[in-house]
Amino acid sequence: MRQARLHKAYVLWLSLIANPLAFAGFLVVVGLVLVATFAPLLANHDPILQDLTMALKPPSAVNWFGTDEFGRDVYSRLVYGARTTLYISVLVTVIVAPIGFAIGATAGYLGGWVDVVLMRITDIFLSFPSLVLALAFSAALGPGIENAVIAIALTVWPPIARLARAETLTFRAADFVVAAELQGAGMGRILFRHIVPLCAPSIIIRLTLNMSSVILTAAGLGFLGLGAQPPMPEWGAMAASGRQYLLDAWWLTTVPGIAILLVSLAFNLLGDGLRDIMDPRNA
Amino acid sequence: MPEQTKPILSVKNMSVQFPSLSGVVSAVRNLSFEVGREKVGIIGESGSGKSTTGRAIMRLQPATARVVADEMRFEDVDLLTASEAEMRAIRGSRISMILQDPKYSLNPVMTVGEQIAETVILHERLGRKAARERTLAMLERVNIRDPQRVFNLYPHEVSGGMGQRIMISMMLISSPSLIIADEPTSALDVTVRQQVLSILDDLISERNIGLIFISHDLNLVKSFCDRVIIMYAGRIVETIDASKLDQATHPYTRGLLEALPSLDHPRDRLEVLKRQASWAEA
Amino acid sequence: MSIISVNDLAVSFGSGNDFKQVVKNVAFDVEPGETFGLVGESGCGKSTVLGALAGRIKGWSGSVSIDGEGVGPKRSRLQLAKQQMVFQDPFGSLHPRHTIGRTLLEPLEVHGLDQRQERVERVLRDVGLPPAFRHRFPHQLSGGQRQRVAIARALILNPRILLLDEPTSALDVSIQAEILNLLKDLQERDKLTYVLVSHDMAVIAHLCNRVAVMLDGQFVEVASREQLLQGSVQHPYTRTLLDGSRGYVPPRKLAS
Repeated sequence: MRQARLHKAYVLWLSLIANPLAFAGFLVVVGLVLVATFAPLLANHDPILQDLTMALKPPSAVNWFGTDEFGRDVYSRLVYGARTTLYISVLVTVIVAPIGFAIGATAGYLGGWVDVVLMRITDIFLSFPSLVLALAFSAALGPGIENAVIAIALTVWPPIARLARAETLTFRAADFVVAAELQGAGMGRILFRHIVPLCAPSIIIRLTLNMSSVILTAAGLGFLGLGAQPPMPEWGAMAASGRQYLLDAWWLTTVPGIAILLVSLAFNLLGDGLRDIMDPRNA
Repeated sequence: MPEQTKPILSVKNMSVQFPSLSGVVSAVRNLSFEVGREKVGIIGESGSGKSTTGRAIMRLQPATARVVADEMRFEDVDLLTASEAEMRAIRGSRISMILQDPKYSLNPVMTVGEQIAETVILHERLGRKAARERTLAMLERVNIRDPQRVFNLYPHEVSGGMGQRIMISMMLISSPSLIIADEPTSALDVTVRQQVLSILDDLISERNIGLIFISHDLNLVKSFCDRVIIMYAGRIVETIDASKLDQATHPYTRGLLEALPSLDHPRDRLEVLKRQASWAEA
Repeated sequence: MSIISVNDLAVSFGSGNDFKQVVKNVAFDVEPGETFGLVGESGCGKSTVLGALAGRIKGWSGSVSIDGEGVGPKRSRLQLAKQQMVFQDPFGSLHPRHTIGRTLLEPLEVHGLDQRQERVERVLRDVGLPPAFRHRFPHQLSGGQRQRVAIARALILNPRILLLDEPTSALDVSIQAEILNLLKDLQERDKLTYVLVSHDMAVIAHLCNRVAVMLDGQFVEVASREQLLQGSVQHPYTRTLLDGSRGYVPPRKLAS
């Protein structure tokens, strides 16, 4: 049993290596996790210590990516910012996956009016542009990183629910589900023990692909001052604060901008790769 | 009558190989057979290579597979060396294939009539109007009562038996000299199957052409075909006249016959086939 | 006393213009230890009757009593355990990501039964599979082995009735023989009652004591095995089905 799992993981690993773009995405994501974990070791300055004598210094051997308007080291802030980014995206995913699955799978499994009600609610959420919706929520909830997480999560669950519903519909009439029903298995058991393992790959893929938009939304909220609050380092807020000095100090916006681009691209590539590798319909 | 006795299809030592990570796997090995103006059944269990054989003759094997043979001759064409363009001209025109489920073989967004007419327009460069006339005549020939109406139906609007008759008319409209039917009736009910087979039977004898009938159903092949080829693990274990199938000598064929529940020879327990490694080698 | 007694069973789907009566007032009794067959062509309602017996189809009317107890469309756990179903497609009836052991343990968990490992091993032995198969996944098994697992899953709750929905029609002839023999062995040993749905008259005649021939949601005839084997059936439709299972009959021969 464990051997079979190991073997499966090994096969997954082999097919990941065989897909260079996905593998590159995978490496960047692993890099992000490592940077966030070892931020105190990697950073060579205190990310929030201000030193106005050092303000707006260009990149040099001491300040690799220069300093910002308060004299803080951009490289160190970038490294610590990886924590914020990872914190937001992981938290959003952890909130959204079970909620999206529970709503979608319930709608798909029960059908009838439950399906109609749940799916119309989903449609209402889907009919707003996600950034605008996140903005509205985080403005209502007040600025702050936890509120940003809640606001983003509220915009991300509907597509997951849609997907979970579609997957549940394809499996709910399968013979093995009917067999379980005829043996007295209840709805909870069927959803969580029979449907979850089958939906999991496509939901994981979807969440990975969503990760980039989560990061972008988080950066957008930070940019508008609704996400992480100063002096906490956050890539979007960093890019925003640098835009006043765009012509004099290009590194202030460029460096976090590139980081956002790189990480969201990496998640997209990884998600695409995972779809090719894990989705049984492509096998 | 040399024309009559000459086989339509002659295959010598054909193998279909699939290269894989763990070496070359042969789905079909050293197959030799001929098909004349007759109904030849190919019988085998799943994985015996019977469908692979049918596809290899049409050169429709998967891209990864390799077909090798000493000879593969269809009338005047050498199937081993024919170019892809030549094969395209042969497929659907001189060799036709009928598959198990017409739903997957018909284009869902075209009416069935248009699809049948397309075949003659493509292969015989007939005009639209002439093609339509031919199609209606052909639909009538497969006992479709109201060909005008059926012509304008879409594939999802026809039943299984009607769909298979439409497939037959599509496959026969260009007057092929060989038809390969791969489990053409296993998706059909008994009564409809009877109808479809009798249409196929009539057309084959009327036009004096050859049929390769691939099936897993012993009773069906025995009663429908002239000759039966029995395949096991990619090889031919026995070729026998259909009428003499009950007297087959090979232990595999015997085993299959004994394993079949029968209305005429009921018994309490069925014989269970004991497979021998030698059958795959012989 | 009959173990299954069905009266005036009717099933319909849809409403308004789509309304379709799939089963029209059928009635039959099945004796303990008997195999009762339902034969007919696709869409005749034979699987629907089986689904109503199993508790799978909810929208039926009429009266059904199983093991002396009247049952409705909604069943209690104990009522469900009295009859279990074996499906046609051995590839679709087992959860692809559950090991065989997990598939067999699940009904025991649902019903809170003890001695789980012993029961799983025993039922695997009963269907002729080694206990080590517990650790395998369905994709590591052949079609025949999967169907044995499906039978094991149906048997693990010790039901008195097995509902067999075309249990061998997706299998090769030689595998079909093994499964049919297994079903006969199990029936003799445990005095099981079978209801078998099939389109193949030869399989029906091999397994069943009696068979109901269905056409368009109704029974046209209930024939005994002897009648089938001797060809002394009453209804022309039954005769057509019998001829069909012998293979192809050219119309010329039919006429003569």
